[in-house]
Amino acid sequence: HLPSMQLAMLSYLLSLLTLACPSAAAYLDEPSLGSSLLPHYEHDAVGSSQNKRLQVFTVDYNNVQIPYEVTLWILLASLAKIGFHLYHRLPRLMPESCILIAIGALVGAIIFGTDHKSPPVMNTSIYFLYLLPPIVLEEGYFMPTRPFFENLGSILWWSVLGSLLNSFGIGLSLYGICQIEVFGLTDLNLLQNLLFGSMISAVDPVAALAVFEEASVNEQLHMMIFGESLLNDGITVVLYNIFIAFTQMHKYEEIESIDILAGFARFFVVGLGGMLFGIVFGFVSALMTRFTHNVSAIEPLLVFMFSYLSYLCAEILYISGILAMTACAVTMKKYVEENVSQNSYTTIKYFMKMLSSVSETLIFVFMGVSTVGKNHEWNWAFICFTLLFCLIWRTLSVFALFYISNKFRTYPFTFKDQLIISYSGLRGASSFSLAFLLPVKLFPRKKLFITATLVVIYFTVFIQGITIGPLVRYLDVKKTNKKESINEEIHMRLMDHLKAGIEDICGHWSHYQLRDKFKKFDNKYLKKILIREHQPKSSIVSLYKKMEIKLAIEMAENAMKISESSTASLQNRCDNKLSPAEVESMRDVLAHNLYQVRQRAPSYNRHNLPSNTSEKQAQEILIRRQHSLRQSCRKGNSLPWGRPVNATSMRYLSLPQGHSGQPTRRKARHVTFTGNGNILCCILP
Amino acid sequence: MGSAQSVPPEMRALAERTGFTSEQIEQLHRRFKQLSHNRKTIRKEDFDTIPDLEFNPIRARIVHAFFDKRNLRKAPAGLAEEINFEDFLTIMSYFRPIEMDMDEERLESFRKEKLKFLFHMYDADYDGIITLQEYKNVLDELMSGNPHLEKESLRAIAEGAMLEAASACMARTGPDEVYEGITFEDFLKVWKGIDIETKMHVRFLTMEAIAHCY
Repeated sequence: HLPSMQLAMLSYLLSLLTLACPSAAAYLDEPSLGSSLLPHYEHDAVGSSQNKRLQVFTVDYNNVQIPYEVTLWILLASLAKIGFHLYHRLPRLMPESCILIAIGALVGAIIFGTDHKSPPVMNTSIYFLYLLPPIVLEEGYFMPTRPFFENLGSILWWSVLGSLLNSFGIGLSLYGICQIEVFGLTDLNLLQNLLFGSMISAVDPVAALAVFEEASVNEQLHMMIFGESLLNDGITVVLYNIFIAFTQMHKYEEIESIDILAGFARFFVVGLGGMLFGIVFGFVSALMTRFTHNVSAIEPLLVFMFSYLSYLCAEILYISGILAMTACAVTMKKYVEENVSQNSYTTIKYFMKMLSSVSETLIFVFMGVSTVGKNHEWNWAFICFTLLFCLIWRTLSVFALFYISNKFRTYPFTFKDQLIISYSGLRGASSFSLAFLLPVKLFPRKKLFITATLVVIYFTVFIQGITIGPLVRYLDVKKTNKKESINEEIHMRLMDHLKAGIEDICGHWSHYQLRDKFKKFDNKYLKKILIREHQPKSSIVSLYKKMEIKLAIEMAENAMKISESSTASLQNRCDNKLSPAEVESMRDVLAHNLYQVRQRAPSYNRHNLPSNTSEKQAQEILIRRQHSLRQSCRKGNSLPWGRPVNATSMRYLSLPQGHSGQPTRRKARHVTFTGNGNILCCILP
Repeated sequence: MGSAQSVPPEMRALAERTGFTSEQIEQLHRRFKQLSHNRKTIRKEDFDTIPDLEFNPIRARIVHAFFDKRNLRKAPAGLAEEINFEDFLTIMSYFRPIEMDMDEERLESFRKEKLKFLFHMYDADYDGIITLQEYKNVLDELMSGNPHLEKESLRAIAEGAMLEAASACMARTGPDEVYEGITFEDFLKVWKGIDIETKMHVRFLTMEAIAHCY
């Protein structure tokens, strides 16, 4: 893989050159940089007295400067990501955010070096209106709902109280430090410190999740961190806005208790109102998708626009748009998935990932750009104490809150788990954005805040991010069970079903009953209204629908493998071992065909979609088979892909009959295959 | 929520035997009454009223397990016609979560009991060995959601699993002996690496945390 690494390096250098050259040229050429968006010919008219000749070759950079640079940044970050994953050992060492920040710093250095004015990528409206929503939407949409709701109590307790505890704790401690005259910080009043505290406590756990993913830590831990991240953003922004409102309204001496109470009430209104908005919009959009049967091309559009609309509507009323959007995504996901076509579904998934990736990249790059610049004010005391307090308060809040919530859990979080959670408090893009968007009029020492935030982010992302992997491995956190054999797989499945059955029989656990009631309500009313062609679907049937297509291909594939492995009967000696490949193939068949009870939490990774390799394999086989068929088919043979979608009969290679070691016989069999299958396959003998 | 004095002596005996707390027993009693329509015993048909259970592919087996005399600790074989509340609790006790304060020995025996329950689910003919046919039956039920899956592949998978288990206990059988089936010891071996305690438990409402005001 080394040559590809060199290739990647070469492409970076090229891109950097393309950035540097025009900017340098523009700089030499043009006194007023970055401000003139006038079209070229108009400018030419001004200077036309000098050049009466027609220019054959002209350069006009200003026209396209902003989109050009933004595109270049995004491309650069994408190249970085490619290079990052090409070199296999890097992802194990450090989280992806590190690379993004590094690229940003590089771009910043270049821009600073060429004394170029960077395009206005970040201001309040752009951030809150364009950069933040995709990230939030993606988080909400890909959230694994069942584990989330099962752990909802713990998650709510931890994120809400944790954020509050952290914000106030850090803010108050810093205020205490500011009172000490020596440090020269006395002009920072309480409100400013509280605001800073709320900003800096916003955790960005993507890096932590990536590490957990790789070390496959247990599901509970995963879910806690994930849930925290989801609610954390919303809470932080709400706090931020409340504090800014306070700062604008009063001098801090004038704040009375009524204002504080109003603040609390506002917190609740904002949170709950946001969710209500989101749910309403979610239902509306699900309803819309019911009727898009004939215009499937606009289905992704509907999904995105409705979510975005929920965000904007909530923002009109100063209600938390983040929570609204999350609630909308969660509500609508279930029904939309049933209604939209396969292609739309894929489009939605990928487009969402893409948008959020772009947003995050831009924010990180911009963060890097601001690092290298004149936007700083350094104050040793403030910055060091900020860092210290962040670490201390996080640890404190983790241990305190979990101590309490452990009393209510069947399986309490161990000390190791808590240590990991407290260590995984990486800060990221959201803290920086909030710092950057502080209004200078209210915060004359804004630069200090920016510097402090940047230092904390760099520290946590680089140092903590790199060391958290080894820490998890060192502590040997309890892992998920890795199934290695067929027996285990079968037994585990049996157990899952058994457990589910017993739980149903017991019918206890109050929130379980709540869930049951919701399911009944859902089946009776909601699904009828919101889902197209509603038949009361049992989960077996809906699961079956999903597996129909995969099954067709995989059966054909596995036919070969299974026939070879099962030739040994039990009358033979015991030392017939199965080769690992055979075990693997059997496990695959099992894993895909065993009815999956209550889904396990899928692995979450912001930068990749949950890998679905079997789907890809299946599709590849399909394509290959189609190719080979095209070659071998003669005219007059009925080719099903010419037929309309509802073709019902297919031919299969059957699985071989005998296990007595005879060569496998193939014979064609008819299998009725009702599907709205978009993939048709025909495998003739 | 009753305090300690008002617990009737039978309940206390039950609590000691099965390990549940009195609140849990009360809760389960309520559920029992719901299932049995306020009668004293439950029959197989009563389990049909549970909606979610319908979708469970091994439904029959689970219900069967409730009436299995081996699980009820009454006889080494056979099915009971109906079960009373005590039997109900006995079965439920297999699914208690482990307590943190259990010592090694108790933990080990607890684990064994759970695994025995599971073993009985496979071993339908009470002979203490899971034969290939029995294994295949289980697999059939598990895969029952997919009528298109060929019987042959199921058989093949069952054979593969047996082969695997057989090779794990190769030391016991000589080269010419026929491998009968999976015994309980082999079963234990398969489960050695997996901690069944975290998997095979059901969260019964734990009320101790909400402390009583004594």
